[in-house]
Amino acid sequence: MSKYMLIMRSTAEALEASKDVDFEEIINQMGAYNESMINAGVMAGGDGLTDAAEGVVVDFSTEDRIVTDGPYGEVHELFNGFWIIQVSSKEEAVEWAKRAPLGPGSKLEVRRITDETDFEDFADNEYVQKEAGWREQLGTD
Amino acid sequence: MTHQDTASTAGIARTVDAVWRIEGAKVVATVARMTGDLALAEDLAQEAVAEALEQWPTTGVPRNAAAWLTAVAKRRAIDAFRRRERLDARHEAIARDLDESAEDVWEPIADDGLRLLFTACHPVLSREAQVALTLRVVAGLSSDEIARLFLVPTSTMQQRIVRAKRTLTEARVPFEVPDHTEWAARLQSVLKVVYLVFTEGYSATSGEQWVRRELADEALRLGRLVSALVPHEPEARALVALMEIQSSRFAARVDAAGNPVLLGDQDRRRWDRNAVARGRAALAEVDRLGRGRGPYALQAAIAECHAIAPSVDETDWEQIVVLYEALGRLAPNPVVDLNRAVAVSMARSAAEALEIVDGLVARGELAGSHLVPSVRGELLARMERTQEARGELLTAASLARNERERAVLEAKAAGLS
Repeated sequence: MSKYMLIMRSTAEALEASKDVDFEEIINQMGAYNESMINAGVMAGGDGLTDAAEGVVVDFSTEDRIVTDGPYGEVHELFNGFWIIQVSSKEEAVEWAKRAPLGPGSKLEVRRITDETDFEDFADNEYVQKEAGWREQLGTD
Repeated sequence: MTHQDTASTAGIARTVDAVWRIEGAKVVATVARMTGDLALAEDLAQEAVAEALEQWPTTGVPRNAAAWLTAVAKRRAIDAFRRRERLDARHEAIARDLDESAEDVWEPIADDGLRLLFTACHPVLSREAQVALTLRVVAGLSSDEIARLFLVPTSTMQQRIVRAKRTLTEARVPFEVPDHTEWAARLQSVLKVVYLVFTEGYSATSGEQWVRRELADEALRLGRLVSALVPHEPEARALVALMEIQSSRFAARVDAAGNPVLLGDQDRRRWDRNAVARGRAALAEVDRLGRGRGPYALQAAIAECHAIAPSVDETDWEQIVVLYEALGRLAPNPVVDLNRAVAVSMARSAAEALEIVDGLVARGELAGSHLVPSVRGELLARMERTQEARGELLTAASLARNERERAVLEAKAAGLS
């Protein structure tokens, strides 16, 4: 079993258009989707993000970091939410992603989340060893 | 439609598995409603899966894969009926009906899932067959996956499923939800199937591992599906609560070498707090349904007492004794008495607990099980009757079927002085 993150990205136009849709309808559709993943035992977490205009971008291109309000000027798609699911294959993650109640202008990027096997070559590293303990304490594993 | 990597044959096979896992139950249920026969529907769905494995590598995965499988299975049903030399009236009607509906928008109706569940757990089937068929058609596992979970060869599991389907056909079991006169007993049977899968994962009776997490996870998934199908049944929800709370201890129940760690010795920091919270929330829902606590709810409440206690000593053992007493009245069972004895030994004294266990022995209950001598040995050790304790623990070790458990009992006997 591996964990995958389904990263929701939408164009600014799609987000603008979604404001015309009955918000309760969106809540109901998302709720039904989430419930189906909970019942299937695959849901490991997820959240939505507030409006990108409320956010701040820290840019590391220069020595003194550049901090800008709102979404970055040249970004065409905005990251606005995610799910974390635990499934048996990438194909299963893709199948769940395809079932999300999203429309044109939205994309779900499916990315595997690293686990201890990705750090096997660094098994002796102090922080890699500590991490197992942190995960237990935080109950995030 | 398809990604380069997922379009490979192996990738398609995994996609088909994934679709089956997510929506196989709906496919079988929809086809079974048309044919009125679960066994036939499952056969047809398998043929559709085979066709998908053949076609999808070139055509790509259809937009609604489950609808595609359903349509193909229905089409096969029509072909099969038409091929028969003499179409009887019933099959003629079904073929006509299928012809008209095969291209319909795919939409399973609410009761199909329930019909599927109750038919797969039908009393004409042995418990073993119910488990296999339920995992196959309700949980959407492949025969291969089920075989691996139960540590038997794939061919054995396939045979078991084939036989189960034949039994349903021969007994002419209708694809129906039981009526109210049978409902309670049939629901009990469904829940028993789910819990059986869980307990086999939670403390395996055979094999090298003591805990088989993936089996318990499948049971939990199945339990949630069942509970969603019967949202007003407190015991279905209670079973989810019980399994959630028990599974919170998985990480702490085995040590690094794979040996069992008993409740009292577990590092409670390793208990999964999220699982405990989910379980407690489910138990609270049971209470909100307002129909009292049944056997699963009482067991969940006992598990909750342990889950919220900071240590063995700080556990509300008196409350656990009361809950076991209630459980024993509701569903008399020697294992419950044995557990009550353990709780009594913690709440009051080992001597009082020993009386309960000796009562079981006198009635010849649980004869041949390692549980009675194991608990007796434990109690005698606490009463400093070392010689007898050692004998009981060694008897328990010789009766234990799980290798890990046997090793722990032997070590305990050797540690007595």
